[in-house]
Amino acid sequence: MQKVYLDYSATTPVKKEVLDEMIPYFTEKFGNPSSLYEIGADSKEAITKARGQVAGLIGAGEKEIIFTSCGSESDNWALIGTAEAKKDKGNHIITTAIEHHAVLHTCKYLEKHGFEVTYLGVDEDGRINLSELEAAITDKTILISIMFINNEMGAIQPIKEAAAIAKKHGIWFHTDAVQALGNVEIDVKELGVDMMSMSAHKIYGPKGIGAMYLRKGVVLPGFIHGGAQEFKKRAGTESVPNIVGFGKAAELAKENLSEHIARLSELRDYFIKEVTTKIPDVDVNGGMKYRHPGNVNLTFNFIEGESLLILLDMKGICISTGSACSSASLVPSHVLSALGVPVEKIHGSLRFSIGDFTTKEDLDYTVENLIEIVAKLRTISSVSSEKGW
Amino acid sequence: MAMYNDKVMDLFMNPQNVGEIENADGVGTYGSPVCGDMMKMSLKIENNVIVDAKFKTFGCGSAIASSSMATEMIIGKTIDEALNITNKDVLKELGGLPGPKIHCSVLSEQAIKAAIYDYAQKHGLEFEGLKDYDPNASEDDHLHEHDEEDGE
Ligand SMILES: Cc1ncc(COP(=O)(O)O)c(C=O)c1O
Repeated sequence: MQKVYLDYSATTPVKKEVLDEMIPYFTEKFGNPSSLYEIGADSKEAITKARGQVAGLIGAGEKEIIFTSCGSESDNWALIGTAEAKKDKGNHIITTAIEHHAVLHTCKYLEKHGFEVTYLGVDEDGRINLSELEAAITDKTILISIMFINNEMGAIQPIKEAAAIAKKHGIWFHTDAVQALGNVEIDVKELGVDMMSMSAHKIYGPKGIGAMYLRKGVVLPGFIHGGAQEFKKRAGTESVPNIVGFGKAAELAKENLSEHIARLSELRDYFIKEVTTKIPDVDVNGGMKYRHPGNVNLTFNFIEGESLLILLDMKGICISTGSACSSASLVPSHVLSALGVPVEKIHGSLRFSIGDFTTKEDLDYTVENLIEIVAKLRTISSVSSEKGW
Repeated sequence: MAMYNDKVMDLFMNPQNVGEIENADGVGTYGSPVCGDMMKMSLKIENNVIVDAKFKTFGCGSAIASSSMATEMIIGKTIDEALNITNKDVLKELGGLPGPKIHCSVLSEQAIKAAIYDYAQKHGLEFEGLKDYDPNASEDDHLHEHDEEDGE
């Protein structure tokens, strides 16, 4: 059966060039980077090289990159570390209603420990309002954390402008750039951010390795305590093969960035056009102007997303839902809710995310099957365009 | 999809009795698109026996499979027999559903009751099995487990 993977925002396959670089660090080059003999030093050198590659992708200094175990760890560290570092100054954090759970649930945790959190709403394009952000600042605000690109509907936030507001008020600024890395130009100096979370598995690197950009001068208390690894900022014997893989993936992402963005955007726009012209009653969720180049989020009105997902899976097409009955959950997506999408339409929403191995043929095959499956489910459905919801 | 057993998958892929009966003797709906599932059931009833049943369902795979199973289970049954069918019976016939999907079987039980209630109302009839039936009860009154969402 044909296999079409359209869930690159969930994770990506490791590119062959990346895997090739990683392999030796599992076997012959297995040394602990903290050891003084040669294979230890080799590992250490490999980490330094990878750090340079990740720094290079975002315009950071090498010492400003700290490897972590994943994007979620970076998010947890940024929030909890700042809360701890700045608790004498205040207890107020500003974030958005559409953050990834790695941020949202950490905020909930901090709320239980005496912190107050403002969750900014978004407009129908999925973007925050900068004057609302500024108005939310109090003399107790210690952190502003705003995701760079949303994982469900792809909205790109005005990070540079938001960071400038934070700076004006002397507040640290963090951004979760897990979906943004390798999908938009990022220059941390130009953006003016203090902390930025990243993850390798969204950019064709391995799972279980992330990084934090920590601007020089931002002194964040450690999160994982122990050895002196990562400039004494993050303990634990380094996951050398994963770090090497992250480095290579970052190097490739940098080399291919403009081509990657152009290619994905074209495929994305083609797919949206095909689906919306060939299938009636389809809504595009989120705006098109500031959008992840590979993100498509659609509501197929009058049917439920999971049934669509399963029938697509039977045809070898992998996508994800933001809907109620999705995977393990019955709660409608908090992101689409924040966009103002009515609940019944959230139930019929699907995310297609396009990546480097997606072809036009993959998309045509998907559209063909969508036409058939959507029609089938609509004949079964108890709601329809004639009768309404 | 590994989440459903073969029986459920088969009914979801090839649901039986999809549609609406013209001039049905009883029609009932249960659930709502906001809850994520809504089933509409229509019945043809002759001499107290359900001679035909059709459904239309907005919902996930297990809601569609449960609906299909429910129609199969009630065709040929007397009204009293049909009213005795519970969501557990539907579940059993389906060979089980994953935990968060159990409410889909409740959907079909309640849709059967709603359609028979409509029939009873139209004909001024009373049935033992509808004694405690509340046509205005919402899905949340019956069973709805809300789990936390997780993901990438
Ligand atoms: C926006 C965003 N933040 C954080 C994460 C978590 O990253 P990780 O899976 O590396 O923990 C993800 C995806 O997983 C994400 O999409």
